[in-house]
Amino acid sequence: MKRKSFYQRNETAIVGGISVIIVIAIWQIAWSAGKISPLFFSGPSAIAKRFADSYQHGTFLADLKFSGVNFAIGFLGAVVSGVILGVLIGWYRRLEMVLSPFLNALYATPRVAMVPLIIIWFGIGMWSKVFIVYISAFFPVMINTIGGIKATDGDLLRAARAYCASDWQIFKTVAIPGAVPFILTGVRQGVALGLIGVVVGEMFGGSEGIGFMVAYGSQTFATDTTFVGVLTIAFAGIILTWLAERLERRFSRWRPER
Amino acid sequence: MSELAIEHLTKRYWMEREDREVVALSDVSVSVEDGEFTAIVGPSGCGKTTLLNIVAGLLPYEEGTVKIDGKKTSGPGVDRAVVFQHASLLPWRSIIGNIRYGMEMQKRFDEATMKQRADHFLKLVGLTGFDRHFPRELSGGMQQRVNLARALAADPVVLLMDEPFAALDAQTREFMQAELLKIWAQTSKTVLFITHQINEAVYLADRVIVMSARPGRVKDVFRIPFSRPRTLSLKRDPKFLEIEDAIWQLVEERPEDIGMVADQREA
Repeated sequence: MKRKSFYQRNETAIVGGISVIIVIAIWQIAWSAGKISPLFFSGPSAIAKRFADSYQHGTFLADLKFSGVNFAIGFLGAVVSGVILGVLIGWYRRLEMVLSPFLNALYATPRVAMVPLIIIWFGIGMWSKVFIVYISAFFPVMINTIGGIKATDGDLLRAARAYCASDWQIFKTVAIPGAVPFILTGVRQGVALGLIGVVVGEMFGGSEGIGFMVAYGSQTFATDTTFVGVLTIAFAGIILTWLAERLERRFSRWRPER
Repeated sequence: MSELAIEHLTKRYWMEREDREVVALSDVSVSVEDGEFTAIVGPSGCGKTTLLNIVAGLLPYEEGTVKIDGKKTSGPGVDRAVVFQHASLLPWRSIIGNIRYGMEMQKRFDEATMKQRADHFLKLVGLTGFDRHFPRELSGGMQQRVNLARALAADPVVLLMDEPFAALDAQTREFMQAELLKIWAQTSKTVLFITHQINEAVYLADRVIVMSARPGRVKDVFRIPFSRPRTLSLKRDPKFLEIEDAIWQLVEERPEDIGMVADQREA
């Protein structure tokens, strides 16, 4: 048996990469030939130039920092409180009965519908954005955590009980470790929804951030600016989701099914 | 004195689905002597798993008594350990971590003793070198060895085994039976072994208790005369087959006991 060639080992990445390059090349050719209206669309070179300009002026990094900080605060808050509340609700059935009507109602409401309310509460500054990220990322984390705690393996519970484990020991050694993969699935979904939250929040008001860049670009017919914003968000989404997926896989290693 | 004494145990429960009371065990009395290997066989629905759960302290009981070493049981205790039908290993703990699990929960031994005991029983069940592996990397038979080592490491007075080889393929099962006898000979624990396989019970045990179904009660007790150590070829001995056949006659399942009335407790 010969070792697989470099191409065989990286086929997915190579074919995917070439496909992306070809699409961008065709796009650029059409743009250079003047077939695309700069009012409605843009071209790769124009987007790159706009990016370079705003990077040099420092506005890009300022916007990125504003959005990044809002996302980080809201997202971390969502993970911490989502896990804690999810564990409590998953563990104590009574608490679930008390809270679930409210949580279900809130969960069923599209978060965007709540944005105007949130702006009334928190103003158009940073904290309304943080809260929108928070409320977007909170539910997937909490719901998955509840599921993880509830999915505790009955055989393992029985074994723990037979060895005289206390409730606290069962919680620590069986329920929590078993819920970790579920929690990380929630974190991954929370990343995606939190990113939507940060963009939506900035579009509704304020004068900073990547979401603002997108909205402002379109309002001033600077379509290339809008593209820089959209691509930045897409890129952030790819990186953060990839990180979350790696984390998820790392902690699911012991799982028998794959 | 007998180590395990079950006296006049009756267990009723309410069957929600059929809205009626079911008597799972009726006036069951079993005693197991110090160091004795006792097996319980019976058709599905005879309450043998219910009986084991009660002895393990996993199910409460109201009528009759269960005594270990003369003390009435209530709930699980450090004087008992269970080898489960499903290996029930924590998938996120290594093999050695799983063997330590019972001891860690029971908090009877200090760290040094736990380590020494875990290593000892890892070796005794023949898994030297697998201490850092994870359960999913082991075959079903090997997982059951870990299950057994975990129970033995907890140093119970009575070892309870709940059809531990039922989920294994026939060949592995035979091999594990022989292994169990070897390991048992070195620990000389008092064992209560539940199975639905008659030849498994006869091969392993000093005494076989036959139970009948609906309600579960003791039908007969067979003393198994074969000397130890026993080899697998014993299973072809005419005397062995004779005993197996005698038990078979008693256990033979009537149609109304199987299928006709599905019993979810045994599932």
